[in-house]
Amino acid sequence: MSMNRREFLKIAGISTIAGIGGTALAIGLRKGVLDAAQTAPDTGALTGKRWGIAIDMNKLKSEENIKRVTDACHSIHNVPDFSNTKDEVKWIWTETFEHSFPGQEHKFMPEDMKRKPFLLLCNHCDNPACVRVCPTKATFKRKDGIVMQDMHRCIGCRFCMAACPFGARSFNYRDPRTGLNPEKINPEFPTRTKGVVEKCTFCYERLAKGIKPACVEESNGALVFGDLDDPASEIRRILASKYTIRRKPELGTEPNIYYIIGGNDYAVVPEIK
Amino acid sequence: MKIYDGGKIFVGLIIFVGLVTSPFFFNRGKSNIVRDPKAAQMMQSMGLQCVEPKAFMLPNHMQLLDEWRDSVVRKGNRLYKASDGKNYVMSFQNTCMNCHSDKNESCNACHNNLAIKHTCDGCHNSIAVKPYCWDCHIAPKEKKS
Ligand code: SF4
Repeated sequence: MSMNRREFLKIAGISTIAGIGGTALAIGLRKGVLDAAQTAPDTGALTGKRWGIAIDMNKLKSEENIKRVTDACHSIHNVPDFSNTKDEVKWIWTETFEHSFPGQEHKFMPEDMKRKPFLLLCNHCDNPACVRVCPTKATFKRKDGIVMQDMHRCIGCRFCMAACPFGARSFNYRDPRTGLNPEKINPEFPTRTKGVVEKCTFCYERLAKGIKPACVEESNGALVFGDLDDPASEIRRILASKYTIRRKPELGTEPNIYYIIGGNDYAVVPEIK
Repeated sequence: MKIYDGGKIFVGLIIFVGLVTSPFFFNRGKSNIVRDPKAAQMMQSMGLQCVEPKAFMLPNHMQLLDEWRDSVVRKGNRLYKASDGKNYVMSFQNTCMNCHSDKNESCNACHNNLAIKHTCDGCHNSIAVKPYCWDCHIAPKEKKS
């Protein structure tokens, strides 16, 4: 059979269209086993548009206070402890003022401020650098503002760790189960596996049940959790009445964790008119 | 058309095909998945029942789990309305494993009584799939019986 160039190109073109179209059709027709109406959010869940936390450093008085908060988070989420900084996995941790708010320190600031441990966690940024770089969309922004991690999708490339300017992410260099006390594992929450990146998830699993994050609950009022998009929320009233700072705002990720640094406990929280 | 060394080639081919397919012949009819209709009836009479009927779950549980996962992790929808109208929290670790509590040994006393082995690993091993769900999801402590 002989064929001229024109006929050859025609056949090639038609086959390409048939191939691409056929695949698209097959994918489009493939149905899941569930239909959309079968799933629903929890009825008692806490809902919001932009979750945030205000941390009042004056109320976190002692190291024990802080340890209670970090331990609560790490124990319910099965965060391993390898007792060395190289393999360390952390969801919530402490740093000095100078390291938390670089460029803000000066030599005349109060001594105790210089030494005080500041409580740090993922900022669940409005404009998360980690989400932009994730090649598999394993980390993504939920509608309520939580920057979530889908461990099933994480390929361990660690782009997010490089992108996050706050050091909020940890890589599992070792099997996390070897860093956990088998007696103390929380059977209701998964562990992670070697080779994935993890971080704070704002206790999405607790919000779904209608309870606040564990750190907030353990903090004796030092941490206030709420919806920053709701002007009537407690957190908004605190932000309206107190001067607060955020970590590295100049980078434009718009962190949602606010710190109350100086002054006394907020005495009067103005009501909304 | 003449094939040089045709005899040798064809004999070789037949032996090759035989060798390659031998595992299929050896394992034909062998399966340690025991399906016992009595077990399902007994579970039901005891009020124990999976989220969907067994006939659906056996071949489809992996799709169901996959879609549960996407719904929970990515959409934040955690409630599942089963086809019989009951609501379940979609959680592998906290819902499925409540009943499927022992992935290595027999599922529960009921199955022991019936002397059948209906286990997660029993089935997965026999069809040679290795789900790595349990690398992260915590399997309940195995009962020593
Ligand atoms: S603090 Fe880091 S990990 Fe958390 S959302 Fe912002 S960029 Fe991502």
